[in-house]
Amino acid sequence: MSLHKSRLLMAGTVVSALGVSALGLSLSAMAQDGDVERDYQVQLPEPPDGEVTFTPPKESELSDSQYDEMVRLGRDLFVNTQTLRGENVFNEQNCSNCHLDAGRLAHSAPMWAAFGVYPAYRGKNDKVNTLSDRIQGCITYSMNGEAPEKGSEPLVALQTYLHWMATEAPNNTSLPGRSYPSLEDAAKEPDRERGAEVYANECVICHGDNGQGQMVGERQVFPPLWGDGAYNWGAGMHRINTAANFIKANMPLSKPYSLSDQESWDVAAYVNSHERPQDPRRRTVDSIDEVEELFHQHNGVYGQKVDGKRLGDHTNFGEHPDPLDG
Amino acid sequence: MNKKMLSGLSLLLSAGVYAGTASALEGDPEEGKQVSATCVACHQADGMGKNNPKAESWPRLAGLPEAYVAKQLHDFKAGERANASMAAFASMLDEQEIADVAAYYAGLEAWPELPTAYHAADPDDAAEWLADRGDWEDDNFIPACSQCHGPNGQGVGASFPPLAGQHEAYLKVQLEHWRSGERHNDPNELMAGVANRLDDDQIDMIAEYYATLPERLEARGAQQEEDGQ
Repeated sequence: MSLHKSRLLMAGTVVSALGVSALGLSLSAMAQDGDVERDYQVQLPEPPDGEVTFTPPKESELSDSQYDEMVRLGRDLFVNTQTLRGENVFNEQNCSNCHLDAGRLAHSAPMWAAFGVYPAYRGKNDKVNTLSDRIQGCITYSMNGEAPEKGSEPLVALQTYLHWMATEAPNNTSLPGRSYPSLEDAAKEPDRERGAEVYANECVICHGDNGQGQMVGERQVFPPLWGDGAYNWGAGMHRINTAANFIKANMPLSKPYSLSDQESWDVAAYVNSHERPQDPRRRTVDSIDEVEELFHQHNGVYGQKVDGKRLGDHTNFGEHPDPLDG
Repeated sequence: MNKKMLSGLSLLLSAGVYAGTASALEGDPEEGKQVSATCVACHQADGMGKNNPKAESWPRLAGLPEAYVAKQLHDFKAGERANASMAAFASMLDEQEIADVAAYYAGLEAWPELPTAYHAADPDDAAEWLADRGDWEDDNFIPACSQCHGPNGQGVGASFPPLAGQHEAYLKVQLEHWRSGERHNDPNELMAGVANRLDDDQIDMIAEYYATLPERLEARGAQQEEDGQ
């Protein structure tokens, strides 16, 4: 694992960009064969530096209009995504777990900044991806779910909530505060053993000693970070860089930027070296090797051996009801 | 996972977290009742404490998580939590007595179980907004109270005690003490981080909000039942 990871780390995005462009060729061939559409979940370019100046509108300004009611419904789905459990959501996550303050907080992948960067062309699946494609991707991977159809009420509500939050934001512009702030490459290769210590000291109190999170009754209070209740192997958060960036700027809750860069890298490596539901794209190819080669040429440890076991080498899709050939 | 398994897990977890900070003896509530003879003058025979707006308030102990009560007693004894009267009483207790009296108060009367269902916070109700949505703007970065203390502030595990139904003056003073640093026995300084960014008005309004929340929820529930019939 260490060799592979360190190579990816040092070369950073260049390697993954090259890797995936090369794959783009084989993708076209596959698409012509009438194969399933590939979703490579490739990240957009980094947001610009600079002061965050945008502020989304306040909920107190919402009226009783049909549009505003749809905004409220989207807000409800965003903070209590569990209401779609068993239909579209098959784990214990809510959107607001990774997008703090109900998707409003800068440097916490705020929705007002995401709205205006879609539609976006992604060379990897060679098409223009819309906002609804992107939200469907979140539900498929981060919620280990079954995406609601385009035009369906949950998707319209979420899109309307995002649209409202981006009121008066410049269109088709990457704004400061978008996404999570990118850390510099780690000084020392991220190490899950050092990360385990950070986890025990800083994270276990909320997320539990087995990453299981905590509930009160049926209500999730602290989200699971691995296991069946967590984001699956296709979610952006399973990448060590994405998780490190998120953690640095947002965790522990109430103490942003309190961990050092190295601690953020290490604890991200620790969290993301645990099992989680299978990458749903595993259903579309013949083997885990193929999933790894096609979709995991980035900063993650899917397919690599940890403690003698290869991560992702299973057909556990968590609670998602579709089996391997589903 | 079902509810029972989950609460079992969180119990295990709380025990694990607590075991990391002090040796966890098993408490005997019967023995603890004897020990509590020194507590009742302030915390009352029923463990409900008393709200004293003009003087020191005595928190409700009945139904607080066992490990939380034990940790506070240890901290009073060790000077990690400063309080003149509690330091005196806690230093009279040995390890076993602390475990016993914590078990006694935890089991005396269950903390009210409040609704857990999602309820959209009213943006025109500043206290409810702070409790359920927090105050993030202008770099305030104040998470909602419920993000750690659970839905309707009814507490999560042994580290995040219940707020709803605790006495107003006690909550207010604790928040002020977290903010000033006078109280600093929070795990990982999580509470200090939040309290440092609360202003006086927020402290007043959130203390009042949680002290009165159980009765307001009950009234709301009764109203809904009436409307539904």
